[in-house]
Amino acid sequence: MFNRLFRLSSYTAALLVLVILAGIFGVLYYYARDAIHDFGFWHFITTSTWEVGEDDEGGVFGGLIPILGTLFSTGIAMLFAVPIAMGIAVFLTEIATEKLKAPVGIAIELLAAIPSIIYGMWGLFYFGPMLQRLFGGQSNSLLTAGLVLGIMVIPFMAAISRDAINTTPAVLKESAYAMGATRFEVVKDVIFPYAKRGIIGSMVLSLGRALGETMAVAFVIGGVFRFPHSLTQPTISIPVLLANNFAEAGDLELSAMFYMALILFGISFITITIAKFFFLKDQK
Amino acid sequence: MNATQRRRLLLNRAILILSTVAAVIGLVFLFWILTTLLIKGLDSIHWRIFTHDLVEKGLRNLIVGQMILAGVASLIGVPLGLLAGIYLREYGLNSAFARFIRNLSDVMMSAPSIVIGVFIYGILVAPVGGFNGWAGSVALAIMMIPIVVSTTDSMLSLVPQELREAGIALGASKAQVILTIVLKAAKIGLVTGILLAFARVVGETAPLLFTSANNDYFTLNMNQQFPSLTVSIYQLATFPDKPSQDLAWAGSVILTALVLLINLTTRYIFRKRKSK
Repeated sequence: MFNRLFRLSSYTAALLVLVILAGIFGVLYYYARDAIHDFGFWHFITTSTWEVGEDDEGGVFGGLIPILGTLFSTGIAMLFAVPIAMGIAVFLTEIATEKLKAPVGIAIELLAAIPSIIYGMWGLFYFGPMLQRLFGGQSNSLLTAGLVLGIMVIPFMAAISRDAINTTPAVLKESAYAMGATRFEVVKDVIFPYAKRGIIGSMVLSLGRALGETMAVAFVIGGVFRFPHSLTQPTISIPVLLANNFAEAGDLELSAMFYMALILFGISFITITIAKFFFLKDQK
Repeated sequence: MNATQRRRLLLNRAILILSTVAAVIGLVFLFWILTTLLIKGLDSIHWRIFTHDLVEKGLRNLIVGQMILAGVASLIGVPLGLLAGIYLREYGLNSAFARFIRNLSDVMMSAPSIVIGVFIYGILVAPVGGFNGWAGSVALAIMMIPIVVSTTDSMLSLVPQELREAGIALGASKAQVILTIVLKAAKIGLVTGILLAFARVVGETAPLLFTSANNDYFTLNMNQQFPSLTVSIYQLATFPDKPSQDLAWAGSVILTALVLLINLTTRYIFRKRKSK
């Protein structure tokens, strides 16, 4: 009796994962249906106006600017983070002396655990103003947001890549060295092909984090509904739009916000699913 | 040495230097952040912020509130995550259903935290008519579940099959084997997984913004808006006056210290087990 009950409850808990995910899609769709009905899909994602109508009733809402803001800031973050995180991973596994490996490795892992709001505050008070002095434009901008996001995912990406690289059998590396390969050739032709899956996996997980990140971006992207004509101008991303305007939104605007959340969830869901299907499918 | 060899060695040198430079750049940024946090934070910390609430420019109610939000989230999320993880490893194993749920759980782990906040707003705030502490805790619990599922799944996979067989041979039921043998054998791994999940959600802001929102006053009543350290940091940091910003830095350093302390503790527990 207890045996069956235990099995049933653990089965229910596992099923709950599916129920929650389906629930998220369902609830977001339910609240977004007015906006979906009024603006459609193509029209919504290609419209760049976000204006509340007279007396807070109705209005015209389009998601183009926050969608672009999300994609651009994530793109900048990845362009910045991938080379540096790979450098750190290679440094930690192939270049650093044994004495350096442990402390630097632990430091990287601890930095990956720091709440993202800390990165945002640092960007607001220190990094943004510095970028402004260097490149002009505004302190809170698409560039600041992208770079802060990149800095935030670097430790995470580096730690996972390092673990993947560490799984390369020493025998493989030693045989390449014995053939006279240089260290770079070993990294390029032995380690990367062997650890490819884990390394790409680390990039995809970081991409997922950057896409949905709110707090690191909210402080530094500016939060204005405007298309940035240069990197140093402010704009807005989907999570930041939600964080700033959700609580005060009127009826139709709130529905449009749920629509935005649905689109963000869709983008992140599709990215992770595709990545799992192509790169991570043989993992246990 | 011929030209090809020289080119190979030169390329090797260049790449190794570039890689070291990349590592140094990354580390410089990260230590810049940490030192700023330490200097600004320690500068702003005074005893009075631990004894006063936000309404009197203190952090007491916020720290207590944040711990309660994450604590209640653990009470909801940990048992569910453990049970689901147990199902995946002990019952489902490699069945199509278990593999499907495993994948979904990974996808759920990457779900944007703000989307979870919006979802909870839809089911626990809008129908009730106001922000409340429970909504915040449930949002955090949803973030914890996939983390606990994944660590439980992999920790239980490290328990030797012979232990389970020995239990079955003694006439124990499957539930007894799991509860008294398998979970016991995996205890330390499970505890560290739970602690890491707690550390992950205790520093979250986005899922709380429009679920539990914030409260300037001390409260233990989760039916009303609930004080949150992270949400307050977000609000205080964007105020133009220096005392508010200082309070935000003080909150940040306390939050970071807490998260890093949990991480170092789990590392210590794990190392101790290995050395035994």
